[in-house]
Amino acid sequence: MPETTSTEPSGPAVADRAGRSRDAAAAVARFAAVPTVGPLAALLLACLFFSLSTDRFLTGGNLSLVVQQVMEVGTLAVGQTVVILTAGIDLSNGAVMAFGTIVMTRLAVGGDVPAPLAIVIGVVVCAAFGAVNGGLVTMARLPSFIVTLGTLNIAFALTHIYSHEQTVTGLPKALTALGETFPLGDTDVTYGSVVMLVLFAVAWYVLRFTAAGRHVYAVGDNPEAARLTGVSTRRLLITVYTVAGAVYGLAGLLLVGRTTVGDPQAGQTDNLDSITAVVLGGVSLFGGRGSIVGVLFGALIVGVIRNGLQLMGVASVYQVLITGILVILAVGVDRLARRRRQ
Amino acid sequence: MKRRFPAPGPLSRSLAALVALTLAAAGCGSGAKGSGKDITIGLITKTDTNPFFVKMKEGAEKEAKAKGVKLMTAAGRFDGDNASQVTAMENMTAAGVKGILIVPSDTKAIVPSLAKARAKGIDVIALDTPPDPQSAADSLFATNNLTAGTLIGRYAKSVEGAKPVRIAMLDLNPGITVGVLRHNGFLQGYGVKDGDPSIVCTQYTAGDQAKGQTAMENCLQKDPGINLVYTINEPAALGAYTALKAAGRTGSTMIVSIDGGCTGVKAVQAGQIAATAQQYPLKMAAQGVDSIVAWARGGKKASGYTDTGVNLITAKPQAGLASKDVAFGLANCWG
Repeated sequence: MPETTSTEPSGPAVADRAGRSRDAAAAVARFAAVPTVGPLAALLLACLFFSLSTDRFLTGGNLSLVVQQVMEVGTLAVGQTVVILTAGIDLSNGAVMAFGTIVMTRLAVGGDVPAPLAIVIGVVVCAAFGAVNGGLVTMARLPSFIVTLGTLNIAFALTHIYSHEQTVTGLPKALTALGETFPLGDTDVTYGSVVMLVLFAVAWYVLRFTAAGRHVYAVGDNPEAARLTGVSTRRLLITVYTVAGAVYGLAGLLLVGRTTVGDPQAGQTDNLDSITAVVLGGVSLFGGRGSIVGVLFGALIVGVIRNGLQLMGVASVYQVLITGILVILAVGVDRLARRRRQ
Repeated sequence: MKRRFPAPGPLSRSLAALVALTLAAAGCGSGAKGSGKDITIGLITKTDTNPFFVKMKEGAEKEAKAKGVKLMTAAGRFDGDNASQVTAMENMTAAGVKGILIVPSDTKAIVPSLAKARAKGIDVIALDTPPDPQSAADSLFATNNLTAGTLIGRYAKSVEGAKPVRIAMLDLNPGITVGVLRHNGFLQGYGVKDGDPSIVCTQYTAGDQAKGQTAMENCLQKDPGINLVYTINEPAALGAYTALKAAGRTGSTMIVSIDGGCTGVKAVQAGQIAATAQQYPLKMAAQGVDSIVAWARGGKKASGYTDTGVNLITAKPQAGLASKDVAFGLANCWG
């Protein structure tokens, strides 16, 4: 697709200029052009709606619960975002995560491996899956869609073979520690929620302020141009997929903390759920455009709608319906933004 | 590069409309609250799509309405989706339900969540499938699957008599209690044991029609002389029938099954399935709702196992075996 004005100014730059501007309407328009504003507005509107609809929504305990429920898909979405920013896609993330959880839990329970080492091995296995994805995308020049469809099935099968279809229970404390809570005021906050938020902050910093992060955008926007300006696209892509894999391993650890079991059936819809969060967050599926902060809002939107509708007593299938409509709206807005710019 | 989004005018207008809508919704919500005397019950099924669970939901909704209580429902997105069930339990707990009726997707993985809800004073009732261990729930309302299997096993034995049989067993999935109980019940009813030479083929079908067909095709490859087919449920039975029909073996092979869904009972009527053991999801849910309401209004909390009943449905009854006819089956079927 022809991307003529790829030198889109970044968020703060827009905000700065808006601040100097005397024209209030133009300021609002420019503010709205910051990619995270749409997702944030949608999130706040959803929160407003549910706060007014049920008195059980806007409590510290419930909001903490929503973040806790989002931590698995939200963490997966961090890896997914980085891959999508390079104009790729990762269908394997949920399956890789599930394999990671089974490796961790089985080693720690039946394999006489100390729990911390089991966790490290689980994360390394996930990173290795990512490296395979990255290697095949760059070396064999296969489309990421096909490569990750393949590794999705491989990871799924390995999970079921290695687990013998059995849920792993009786986990040592170290594996479930991130599911524990600490009091913040009179609200119980899950450690895993904090881990996810810190991960988003780190990803935001790396993508925005480091050379490697800017290269991710450059490669996604125009790989040929990026290569000509001296970016080693191959090495960058392999790194991106490997890091994404390690992040999926971390998501697996969060999932284990949340459910306190190793579940071979886990993560089967997480690939599409994480892509949903990325799209709702305003990241372009064509690569090179979007903010990781928006993705956090995107993940939270799904969690808030699920929780809010449940509190109102609306059947869960309507949450899926509304998510579907929002995804199409989000992509529509992305399209519109591109067309206006050209 | 200017004005990618509507100017503030229309935006604020639509905002105002949304706020108005929200207020209206809030109004409705609080209006409905008073009549239910604040008793809310949650129902969590494995999926939203299986007719068995649709009927279960219907039963719970009817009963909740009759008792004047509020019902909230949720389901996983696929069979085995533990994470969604955990999320639903947390949200229902946050919503302040008195009791939760749940059909566990993963009988072991759900246990910590059941414990959490019970610790908050919620009456947790398992429907259809017991958690592992069963004591993880306050009580269980379910079909006795061993009895269900025994009924069709006895029926098959009574038809076949002393004739030599070659049995194919189309099972559920490894390690799932319901499947094991039905399997063992059938064998007990028929009077054979696992490993008996008359059992020539055993395959997993996940209770799925397409997989049932594939499994039967493979069994027929192994032994074309199969003349008795046990199936875990009616979709698997209909898959087996399709395979038998393609092989020209429908006349000489008997299929027995379990469930009592409307499609299955119609297949009994059409002679495709010889007999099926019918279970009653509507009753499970209704009794579960009753039990929670009774406890919430000051009665005793139910405990242990309540058998919600099972009947043998066939168009060709056997002397000495209690059974119900197809008309009864159709009047009480689900789906």
